[in-house]
Amino acid sequence: MTASGPPPGTDGSPPRMGFFTDTSVCIGCKACEVACKEWNAIPEDGLLLTGMSYDNTGHLGADTWRHVAFVEQRRTPGADPGGVDVFRAAAHLGAAGGPAPADAQTAPAELRWLMSSDVCKHCTHAACLDVCPTGSLFRTEFGTVVVQEDICNGCGYCVPACPYGVIDQRRGDGRAWKCTLCYDRLGAGAEPACAKACPTDSIQFGALDDLRERAAVRVAQLHADGVTDARLYGESPQDGVGGAGAFFLLLDEPEVYGLPPDPVVTTRDLPAMWRCAAAAAATLAAGAAAAFLGRRR
Amino acid sequence: MAECHPVGFQWVMEAKARGAKVVHVDPRFTRTSALADLHVPLRAGSDIAFLGGLIHHVLARGKYFREYVLAYTNAAVILNEDFRDTEDLAGVFSGLDREGRSYDNASWQYAGMEVQAASGERDKEYDRRTGGERSVSESGRGEAHGSGGAPLGGGEPRRDETLTDPRCVFQVLRRHYARYTPELVEEVCGVPPELFRQICDLVTENSGRDRTTAFAYAVGWTQHTVGVQYIRAASILQTLLGNIGRPGGGILALRGHASIQGSTDIPTLFNLLPGYIPMPHAHRGEDLDTFVAAEAPRKGYWGHMRAYLVSLLKAYWGDAATEENDFCFDYLPRLTGSHSTYETVHAQLDGVCKGYLLIGENPAVGSAGAKLQRLGMARLDWLVVRDFSLIESATWWQDGPEIATGELRTEDIGTEVFFLPAAAHTEKDGSFTNTQRMLQWHHQAVEPPGDARSDLWFTYHLGRLVKAKLAASDTERDRPVRDLTWDYPTKDGTAYGEPDAEAVLAEINGRDAHGRPLSSYEQLAPDGSTSCGCWIYCGVHADGVNQAARRRPGREQNWVAGEWGWAWPANRRILYNRASADPDGRPWSARKALVWWDAERGTWTGHDVPDFRAGTPPGHRPPPDATGADALTGSDAFIMQADGKAWLYAPAGVVDGPLPTHYEPQESPFTNPLHPQQRNPVRHLLPPHPDDRFHPVGRERGADVFPYVATTYRLTEHHTAGGMSRWLPYLAELQPEFFCEVSPELAAERGLEHTGWATVVTARGVIEARVLVTDRMVPLTVQGRRVHQVGLPYHWGPNGYTTGDAANELLHLSLDPNTHIQETKAFTCDIRPGRRPRGPAAAALVADCRRRAGIDEHTGREP
Repeated sequence: MTASGPPPGTDGSPPRMGFFTDTSVCIGCKACEVACKEWNAIPEDGLLLTGMSYDNTGHLGADTWRHVAFVEQRRTPGADPGGVDVFRAAAHLGAAGGPAPADAQTAPAELRWLMSSDVCKHCTHAACLDVCPTGSLFRTEFGTVVVQEDICNGCGYCVPACPYGVIDQRRGDGRAWKCTLCYDRLGAGAEPACAKACPTDSIQFGALDDLRERAAVRVAQLHADGVTDARLYGESPQDGVGGAGAFFLLLDEPEVYGLPPDPVVTTRDLPAMWRCAAAAAATLAAGAAAAFLGRRR
Repeated sequence: MAECHPVGFQWVMEAKARGAKVVHVDPRFTRTSALADLHVPLRAGSDIAFLGGLIHHVLARGKYFREYVLAYTNAAVILNEDFRDTEDLAGVFSGLDREGRSYDNASWQYAGMEVQAASGERDKEYDRRTGGERSVSESGRGEAHGSGGAPLGGGEPRRDETLTDPRCVFQVLRRHYARYTPELVEEVCGVPPELFRQICDLVTENSGRDRTTAFAYAVGWTQHTVGVQYIRAASILQTLLGNIGRPGGGILALRGHASIQGSTDIPTLFNLLPGYIPMPHAHRGEDLDTFVAAEAPRKGYWGHMRAYLVSLLKAYWGDAATEENDFCFDYLPRLTGSHSTYETVHAQLDGVCKGYLLIGENPAVGSAGAKLQRLGMARLDWLVVRDFSLIESATWWQDGPEIATGELRTEDIGTEVFFLPAAAHTEKDGSFTNTQRMLQWHHQAVEPPGDARSDLWFTYHLGRLVKAKLAASDTERDRPVRDLTWDYPTKDGTAYGEPDAEAVLAEINGRDAHGRPLSSYEQLAPDGSTSCGCWIYCGVHADGVNQAARRRPGREQNWVAGEWGWAWPANRRILYNRASADPDGRPWSARKALVWWDAERGTWTGHDVPDFRAGTPPGHRPPPDATGADALTGSDAFIMQADGKAWLYAPAGVVDGPLPTHYEPQESPFTNPLHPQQRNPVRHLLPPHPDDRFHPVGRERGADVFPYVATTYRLTEHHTAGGMSRWLPYLAELQPEFFCEVSPELAAERGLEHTGWATVVTARGVIEARVLVTDRMVPLTVQGRRVHQVGLPYHWGPNGYTTGDAANELLHLSLDPNTHIQETKAFTCDIRPGRRPRGPAAAALVADCRRRAGIDEHTGREP
């Protein structure tokens, strides 16, 4: 479906590398954000108090390649965790209002403070890479997706192509920027800066197959400990992007963290669309030819 | 801990992954609470009631570790019959001098021993033990016990091994905490009994032979008028449960900066010499022998204080220090009272203190009573600021808050201010000593930029230049400087003459008479044949090798990992680890084995370095005339203590009482429900000052002007007063503005809007902050009343990349009498919507609040 080439690790190249971000042990220290900016020399991008809990970063973008979300939750114990009201969750994240005054008469609900470090997913089927007309975006020998800053021409096609809203054009520069999974460090045998800085191993770097095994064990352990909300996000090769190279262990629905629940590679339908277009063109051409031929007759 | 010690918190997370339960007790729901199994919100300033409740639970339900308590603590010791508890005297202990705001601890002593050493009242102690004269001294002695307890007198204490004698420590303890019931905990702390019960169960179920519980604390416990007693309360609990000296146990002081532990070991404190040797006072005619006689206990390792002190004097003055001149003991400066940071401010205001060196400190916004700090600096002749950036302490004279209000005019300020740029830790060699007493060496990675230099460079060359200036002096008072050994080699290849930091470490480690490096403080001699810059660090440069630079990975050694860095003393990782074995020298359990007696080889051995003389068998009984370490029995596990025992009850060493009792903070919306004594009667108050007034409390008239509890704290994203973080764009953008945190209920009560502005006011100052309305601030019910707490991170000031008001403008100077630490963690305030007034109107608002509350120079100063 996409022009990703043979799967990494099958032709003597290194295995596909990625991140497993276990949000159940994230302490929200933001060391990943700072380490990422330091290593990659990303500009500071604004002194804005957002009011979204302790998250003053807001979202991933050209100048933010790691973003720690802070979600303050009041949950009544035993309530159905399935039915998430997206708008309510967004309001908790959002700038307006803060939490409503609790009714002093009702039983105190359990207070949770979820923290999660988001990053580029390095998709198996990466739409950004598919749509890049210059070849600036490419898949590395580690199976990661990287923008080459000296080739990018700032066309911006990749920006709407990303199903997660990760890749972004830098203001005043125009080129597209995003996490490289520290391609330069990987080449030197070092782990990415964010994983290196993470004090609690919430961000784990390694071969994707190993990480998936580790993640399955961790989820099972949390389930056994009664944390039944624990689930993996982006780890399945069957999902809409063919599995993410950077996947997560979440403690609630993806929407709560500002993640799309069912992301689909935006170029998934392109072949079919092109087939339709080709058929239409062929029909048109046939019609036109028939008209000419008919006239000659 | 996750907020302020995120790197150390990885080990808590590791313990949690292995099944440990994590309980977080804090007024606020923080990043630590988010990861804890249980968060317990309590009223700021009520922890002694909380810990006392746990002690009560342990005693009332028989949950203590009886064999441990009998063998290793002073539970069985009979007390002097003159002792009276707070339960007998309406909230104070016997010996209180209300006028002098101090205790005479003579009545707190063990029965059957000669008159005992006092400790807060050093002069009384000195008089008794030397027959000398009395001089003035208020300097507390809390820090002097950083590596062991206070001295005791001679004689053996009487004991009751059945623990039933009404005057034995155990029974005194039981009576003292009898009223600390779950109901009282609820009334004082606002913690409901069912929640409190959960903690009681978790702590007791995880203590005993097979399990241990650890307590970790930081300035949330120390920054109170009863801060030392908070730690004492935890010590009593942990000792009763048998959680000291054992793996997974202990009380861990999480230090606030890199190497703050190191800066008390080799102190920047006025009342200490290196290795917790007390600084001498200005007693007439006191020589080395009388000083040691007054300070050193007969028994335990402190009994060898003379060896430690003489070795220190030899390190300072080398060949000039001889037996004949008392090893230059007279060269040491003498204390004439308390010279803590806050007294220094008053000395500046009084025109007594003329010069001030600020090295990596930003008191203009980072110390309590920030306004007093600036007013004090405005009276100086000269001020030297060494820091990374132009911090507020270097610029208050041109753009400080008093310039804005018109209280100071730049042209009137005579202080000459010098700013010297400082090198960061990556730009110099050196060591860090952190919470676990472990020295870790760091190597210079890059050259410092421009004129920035290390503190070592500054200190060495300043000393060199001062010595050169005094070289021709024949004045007697200059001799200590002229004779000082000051011969550190400089590193090759630095044009600016950076001293070799490892040469300083070698001097600290110490040398024998032939100049060879020592390997243990047991080698130190009292006769001047050894030199050692800090006796507890002796061995850090054993064999001439920088032991602090060792970095053997944990996977290549046992779980104690003794070859990573070097921990004082003697590379022991767990202090008092003799207590990890039973009196016969066997581990209490296989699961918690640490060190044990190897009878075949006749030595102590184990995973850690035994904190006990290696060849002393468990059953050893010393002869009656033995002294020092020789006087310790084979089961005196607490070898630094004057009686070899852990102190459930402190007969000396704590100036405000032998047992912790709940007092309300200096400022509180509540009256003390426990007894009529509202506050710590001997808390340390600075002289009255118009800009340092206290609030009415409880039911007093005017208390309702300041109805809310406030507490200050730090965020992960910034560092202390901001000198290391507010100037850094990558950190500034993560917490870009000063904010206060309030509950939705308080926001509704005061009309505060999320992300809007709030004005916070006390009798000391007024500040403004953006508002974060959050469920993480939980209103509590205390004494049947709803109490709201306001959270104030204290990182900000007017300079830097992110700016804001300083929370320390709000603070008063009522201090812990042992440590002279300010009460920043619990005070009262008012909060209202909107921005604060500017210019003279700001001062007028504060004055108006004082007037409405009826505050004068007497408010809150009663004992």
